Amino acid sequence: MKFTDVILQTSAKILVFIILTFSIYVLFAGHNNPGGGFIGGLITASALVLLYIAFDVKTVHEILPIDFKIVGAVGLMIALLTGIGSLVVDEPFLSQTFWYEDLPLFGKTELTTALVFDLGVYLAVVGTTMTIILSIGEDE
Amino acid sequence: MSWLHFAVFTPFLFTLFVPLLNKSFRRVHTGWFVLIIPLLLFVYFLGYFPLDPAMAPVIHSIPWIPSLDIHFTLHLDGLALLLLLIITGIGALVVLYSIYYMSMEREALHNFYIYLLLFMGAMLGIVLSDNLLVLYVFWEMTSVSSFLLIAYWYQRGRSRYGAQKSMLITISGGFAMLLGFLMLYTASGTLSVRELIAMSGQLSEHGLFLPAMLLVLLGAFTKSAQFPFHIWLPDAMEAPTPISAYLHSATMVKAGVYLVARLTPVFGGNIEWFGIITTVGAITLFWGSFMAIRQTDLKALLAYSTISQLGLIMCLLGIGSNALNADYSEQALLFSGAALAAIFHLFNHSIFKGCLFMVIGILDHETGTRDIRKLGGLMGIMPVSFTLTVIGGLSMAGLPPFSGFLSKEMFFTGVLTAARNMNDWLVVLPIVAWVASILTFVYCLILVFRTFTGKYQPERLDKTPHEAPIGMLIPPGVLALLVIVFFFIPNVVGASLLRPAMHSILPQLVEDGGTFDVHISAWHGFNMELAMTAGIIALGSLLYIYLKKWSGIYDNLPRRFTLNSLYDSGLNSIERASLRFTNTYMTGFLAHYLSYIFIIMICLTGGTLLGQGVFALNMENNSEIAPYEYVLGISMVIAAVFVVFSTSRLMSIIAVGAVGYIVSLMFVLFRAPDLALTQLVVETITTALFLLCFYYLPKMRRELTRLRFKLSSLVISLGVGISLTLIGLSVQDHNLFEPIKSYFENSYQLAGAKNIVNAILVDFRAFDTMLEIVVLFTAGIGVYNLIKLRQARRNEK
Repeated sequence: MKFTDVILQTSAKILVFIILTFSIYVLFAGHNNPGGGFIGGLITASALVLLYIAFDVKTVHEILPIDFKIVGAVGLMIALLTGIGSLVVDEPFLSQTFWYEDLPLFGKTELTTALVFDLGVYLAVVGTTMTIILSIGEDE
Repeated sequence: MSWLHFAVFTPFLFTLFVPLLNKSFRRVHTGWFVLIIPLLLFVYFLGYFPLDPAMAPVIHSIPWIPSLDIHFTLHLDGLALLLLLIITGIGALVVLYSIYYMSMEREALHNFYIYLLLFMGAMLGIVLSDNLLVLYVFWEMTSVSSFLLIAYWYQRGRSRYGAQKSMLITISGGFAMLLGFLMLYTASGTLSVRELIAMSGQLSEHGLFLPAMLLVLLGAFTKSAQFPFHIWLPDAMEAPTPISAYLHSATMVKAGVYLVARLTPVFGGNIEWFGIITTVGAITLFWGSFMAIRQTDLKALLAYSTISQLGLIMCLLGIGSNALNADYSEQALLFSGAALAAIFHLFNHSIFKGCLFMVIGILDHETGTRDIRKLGGLMGIMPVSFTLTVIGGLSMAGLPPFSGFLSKEMFFTGVLTAARNMNDWLVVLPIVAWVASILTFVYCLILVFRTFTGKYQPERLDKTPHEAPIGMLIPPGVLALLVIVFFFIPNVVGASLLRPAMHSILPQLVEDGGTFDVHISAWHGFNMELAMTAGIIALGSLLYIYLKKWSGIYDNLPRRFTLNSLYDSGLNSIERASLRFTNTYMTGFLAHYLSYIFIIMICLTGGTLLGQGVFALNMENNSEIAPYEYVLGISMVIAAVFVVFSTSRLMSIIAVGAVGYIVSLMFVLFRAPDLALTQLVVETITTALFLLCFYYLPKMRRELTRLRFKLSSLVISLGVGISLTLIGLSVQDHNLFEPIKSYFENSYQLAGAKNIVNAILVDFRAFDTMLEIVVLFTAGIGVYNLIKLRQARRNEK
């Protein structure tokens, strides 16, 4: 079923970037404002779904040749490794810590290991959601 | 972590490097790298040798799950050291042998060596564990690695069959054993073998003592292939021959024997322990040797011979346990001789049987067959293999000057001791032992002479036979050399290895600081044992010569009612029954599955609500309901009712979406931005997903429109709605758990986060989140597989 909806495609091109930017903001803002890895991941997934609806699976796959199963697996790996990281410094599994650092451009910034873990959650959610949607969508 | 712990973990750690080594050094056989591990471990364990029997055992402990009394305690004593040296020593020889046996080009070597190392590590763990549950974990690990190794050539149906059979039998035995261990724990309050031994006196009064003993024995008997559980061992011969030599003759099948020896100080001295073990051992001894003669496949012959020899060892351990029996305290030393014979034979059997398996592997490798009817006259062509077979075979038959003779004589002494000092009817024991030994003598002759003498039939062989490469002959050669050496210096082994092991098996006898008099000699003068051996040689030779005349009795054995057919039909009917049962509820109809989920939910939540009587309606502190909240609520109800009554699926999907969006609006009103955001996005994505699936859904089934179906759905949905509403209303009035408000108040100090929802997700309860994303991802991969598999099947058509 191939169709071309010019209005949808044109607006999707712009909207996708806005949604993606927002999702990344949500991911980073999660620590102190509403948001986090789970929501960020879902928003990214919805942006991608919009892209897949506006264009067809093949076209999107050409510009975004990503295997989302691997994305999900990488996310799980990151989450697991942050957990193991705390074992290395002799803390219980998955202990998180935070500290403040002066970064160029950002000024005084709070850095947390929880954010790394949250990045793992983010990737796992994007990977899983897209894997499910694409396997159903590609099924003919 | 001690070096001893490290030694157990080394094989496991090395498995990580095996695939890398296999991939990066394509030209070098992976076995050369793996060989390092058993060699190093052998040298390391040799460092404990000779163990002073009076010395306290080496103990290292690290807590694993202390709250459940599970400590990773390793405990090295005489018995453990004996087995450790067998495991690593024969392990090294087997790996060396496999380098020549397993083809570098054709075989998936990394799999082979990973499974082998897993097994080796697990076996070390069994022997060293002091904690029963840790022992159990390693025990099952050997079953699993044995399964993988038997199914190594998984393309063959027989391999898969054999692997499944061994797995089912040994793992069910393992479960029984676990149950027995838990009973022991209930009875004694400890999982440590050492502590159990210390309190064995009071333990035997406990009601659970006998059931625990039976269950533990079930585990030992299945593992050590005792009658009637022996049927898995002949089928396990589908494994590559190095594996048969290692797992299924020298080490894994000895685990059951080891367990019996290890727990003798706990259970020994009880007449039931003696009765069961000796009876089962004697039956196995006889049946194994009787069935071995009938086999035409050399490996099957060796498998039955292994069964028989394991029976012999078990039987001796049973007799030896009488040394702890208060009724026979005067004859304790006589009975302890039987235990000594058991471990000496365990040691000898590992050596000569390992040697024989390796030689049979050479025959198979060089001639292309193991069928005794096709082989013959190979003596001139393979003189070295012939010599090795003669040494191994005659040691098994119990002839001098081979070490098997010594333990066979001690075996006769053991059964005669039982017959002379216990009940009169036990005279049946030496008779069974003698008959089984005659049969053993016969199949040893078959093994040696049918293969190497007689008519050479090159036309029936797949390959032109020639002597094996030197690397393949070295490992069995070393073992054959040991068989002869130990005949001449048995007391060196006796004093340095067997005596410390005796201290572990019968510690109560040497509590006062004494030691066992371990003196093994080949010549005891003209006595009953010598007469029995002479009779074996005479009668055995006659039976071998006239084999054709009497082998007809095997045709009289029942064909339909064998243990194997019992196993097969049992397995079939279990499969059929479970399929029938599964089919009653797996209808392939989504509405049914949903109703199961909801009914269970109603029963659990509603049942708890009613059962605990916690329903309460407390509206006191509630705020006013604002008009726009009424509006939202009513529109949600309208949308929900519309879902039920709409005739088009598309409209239903949209209405469900509307319900979801209104819920997220509610979240906004109640100032839960995180929830609102999540709900909004989830709603968007599920609607997209719905629309995708929608295209593939079948037409509305007629069943859906039937009145009965509608009514039952109505009842279920009302049940879910009512029970959840009631719970929601009751929540306010109860504080069942410690409030988590301390997290709310301190999230900024504890986690540096102002958003408490996020702080809970990624910091306080990060472990939950991690498991959740694991579940999520697993589900995603599941969906992917279901769909892709369906596609692949369709493409095949």
